[in-house]
Amino acid sequence: MSEIYDVIIVGGGPAGLTAALAAQQNGAKKILVLERDREPGGILQQCVHNGFGLHHFKEELTGPGYAQRCYDLVKDLPEVEIFVDTMVLEVRKDKTVCAINPKRGVMELRGKSIILTMGCRERTRGAIRIPGTRPAGVYTAGAAQRMVNMEGYIPGKKIVILGSGDIGLIMARRMSLEGCKVQAVLEICPFSNGLTRNIVQCLNDYDIPLHLSHTIVAIHGKDRVTGITVAKVDDKMRSIPGTEFEIDCDTVLLSVGLIPENELSNGLGLAMHPLTSGPIVDQRRETSEPGIFAAGNVVHVHDLVDFVSDEAEIAGKFAAKAALGEDSKASHDLAVTTGENIRTCVPQHLRLGSEAEKVRLFMRVTRPMRGKLKLKVMSGDEEVFSKPLMIAKPSEMIAVDLPEAKIGALSADLVVSLEEGK
Amino acid sequence: MERKTDVVVIGGGITGTAILAALARLDLSCVLAEKEPDIAAGTTKANSAILHAGFDAPTGSMKAKMNVEGNRLYHELQNELNLNIEWTGSLVCATTEEEEAQIKELKARGEANGVLGLEIWDGGKVREKEPNLSSAIRSALWAPTAGICWPFGMAAAFAENAVENGAEILRDCEVTGIRFADGKGFAVETTQGAIHAKYVVNAAGVFADKIAAMAGDTSFSIHPRKGEYILFDKTAQDKLVKGIVFPAPTKTTKGILVCATTHGNTFIGPNAQDQDSREDTAVTTPGMDEIIAGAKKLVPELPMGAAITQFAGIRAVSDTNDFIVGESKTVKGLYHAAGIQSPGLTSAPAIAKLLAEEIAKVSGAKSKANVKTGRPAQPVFRELPAEEQAALIAKDARYGRVICRCETITEGEIVDAIKRPCGARTVDGVKRRTRAGMGRCQGGFCGPRVIEILSRELDIPVPKVRKDGADSYMYEEKLGGGRK
Repeated sequence: MSEIYDVIIVGGGPAGLTAALAAQQNGAKKILVLERDREPGGILQQCVHNGFGLHHFKEELTGPGYAQRCYDLVKDLPEVEIFVDTMVLEVRKDKTVCAINPKRGVMELRGKSIILTMGCRERTRGAIRIPGTRPAGVYTAGAAQRMVNMEGYIPGKKIVILGSGDIGLIMARRMSLEGCKVQAVLEICPFSNGLTRNIVQCLNDYDIPLHLSHTIVAIHGKDRVTGITVAKVDDKMRSIPGTEFEIDCDTVLLSVGLIPENELSNGLGLAMHPLTSGPIVDQRRETSEPGIFAAGNVVHVHDLVDFVSDEAEIAGKFAAKAALGEDSKASHDLAVTTGENIRTCVPQHLRLGSEAEKVRLFMRVTRPMRGKLKLKVMSGDEEVFSKPLMIAKPSEMIAVDLPEAKIGALSADLVVSLEEGK
Repeated sequence: MERKTDVVVIGGGITGTAILAALARLDLSCVLAEKEPDIAAGTTKANSAILHAGFDAPTGSMKAKMNVEGNRLYHELQNELNLNIEWTGSLVCATTEEEEAQIKELKARGEANGVLGLEIWDGGKVREKEPNLSSAIRSALWAPTAGICWPFGMAAAFAENAVENGAEILRDCEVTGIRFADGKGFAVETTQGAIHAKYVVNAAGVFADKIAAMAGDTSFSIHPRKGEYILFDKTAQDKLVKGIVFPAPTKTTKGILVCATTHGNTFIGPNAQDQDSREDTAVTTPGMDEIIAGAKKLVPELPMGAAITQFAGIRAVSDTNDFIVGESKTVKGLYHAAGIQSPGLTSAPAIAKLLAEEIAKVSGAKSKANVKTGRPAQPVFRELPAEEQAALIAKDARYGRVICRCETITEGEIVDAIKRPCGARTVDGVKRRTRAGMGRCQGGFCGPRVIEILSRELDIPVPKVRKDGADSYMYEEKLGGGRK
């Protein structure tokens, strides 16, 4: 019969590695991390730029540096085992994990707790239905990033990037540094979807034009991309006839959104949230299935890996406690719902007992806002928390710690909103 | 390099490969010339993937005969060649009185064509079978012998079996001219040198009239007709259909349908756009709007968020609107399989049988002494029970490494696809043989890994790895010096 692990973690990126550390620190004795790539570290391995770790490690690291730091913290721990080159095919409700790798073959592993940290994937050309031909030269920004930074090849020489998300912006700079010409970055929204610092450091510093409210209406070329047709879009994001123009390019990189990778969660039948596309979790990051936790981009796509780690610490801690039978019983369940100007908020509910508990909320707003803003968390008529903000953007996650002392006494559902100043 | 053979087949689509497989079973030497880097690269890769029952074409037409016979032959070939076919049956839906009269006509025509089991179902029974269909559907024609299939897999199966029986397949081999050699036979000029042959089979799809003209036969022309499609993720099937659902047909097409695939995806399309270009397979916004609107008449609530890709194919419509199958009226030894639009996929084995019989008759060729049936076993990891998966990994560790996570395709399967007879040489070739890259991430994760495996197994540098077409190179050496 197979061994029973305290905690099995699906995915060895920053979320999985941080969760493993937190599980160990909270008393779990047998922890297994399953990673499908050749090395742990996840997508950070290809993110060779800096800007990671300012919050979590209080210093600026590169992506591989951050991944290494996460790995170094667990690699010598006798409680933590990592299987790389390992694909999880199924997670069952009885907490059996079916996985394969070339060395061990087909494995059936049992865990007392499971943490899902599978991360996210990129939205594709097909998902956004870009018209035109289907030649070589159209790649998701992440796939091209792997080829450039890990395999050592460039996707082409004359580049257009669709989508001003962070990966798109980072790739604009990366391709410029490789000597390629980045012709333009196109953004269908009237605002950029990347961090402000990336607009400045990746586009402005390299004189790369950003066309807001523009999109690709046709890709040209039979075998290889030879150019694209671009048009302005109206406020419903439909292209406006007569505004078309051509851009000469041999490569189109797509940075058009990230989607939590939840095939295993769906297989498990977890309750999912339609807007985050991730499992519904409570403040301990426990899903609708007892003993199965989730953290990081698989729950909702974060902007900073630091927040991924923060969330993984929570999941790791409570997964360990659940495995050891130390989890406190919840006496009531409160919903956390989104009010004015808030698109998503995680966790979606709180399962509270008598003791005080730390509750951290992550949220994204519906539209860019500026001025005197007030973020408010209400429980019935009671204001649990509020905070003034000057600026809010859909691309930037807002993290809020609710005051511990107030949590135990809450009895009404929470509503999170962002008010504009009068 | 000059080659000498009995028969040259021009074109490596489903028709050409099926013909090659049939000819290779005779004691004839055969060479197939395909201009693209891989077989199944034209119409075969972008169509509705349906094995039609055979009620559409006019009774007595070549299309009707080949369709019904081809459908029957696939039922026989399915096991032998391990073809991916599901006999789902098909529905043709009527929403008006005129359309109800029309499907009754189709039923009568089908019966005259020799199609078995046709029935008219009322709307209730139709929606019992396919619950997402529109309440406006009054009745439908049910054809139990129709099925869905995996066209690339079938072309690969024919090609592999042909190679097993001694045929040679030349890819990246474009025919540039056809000469008549001194005395008898042809010299087919290609980008890989001349091929001398006694017989030439023209299965060149949308270019069939150009090939015919090279040999001096200008008796027909081909009119390209584009059809666009939208493919949905597997998760969307519950909201769409499990089988094949047509609207009532128009004069030119069977209409925009909603249809399942053999791997649990679903698609909508095609429209029908006559055009001059034989190669323009661009998807257009009006085209997509048209197929969405068309499909909504059958399934009112389309899960557009689950769309994973769009594509277009070109049907090769002849000016007779029927298949042109048999020896050229003007050039002896030249055999046509031309104008093969729908139901060409269904008809391929029947066309192959007919042409092989004709060529056997004139050449006096007999069946080979040791005809090989079937093709080499091809493990599909995700479909195996756990014990067999374990045994496969124990035998070859590469089956324990998943490369395509959306479709659970292992390195072992990808290497096998490359190493098989007439194996994959491009990223799309791997995709069409194994489904790696066909899932919801569309190769976002596995693309770089597949490129690496192709580079290693074909012993070519990464910048020489192609996506699909002749010049579809994907990545380049970095500027200012290659990889150290």
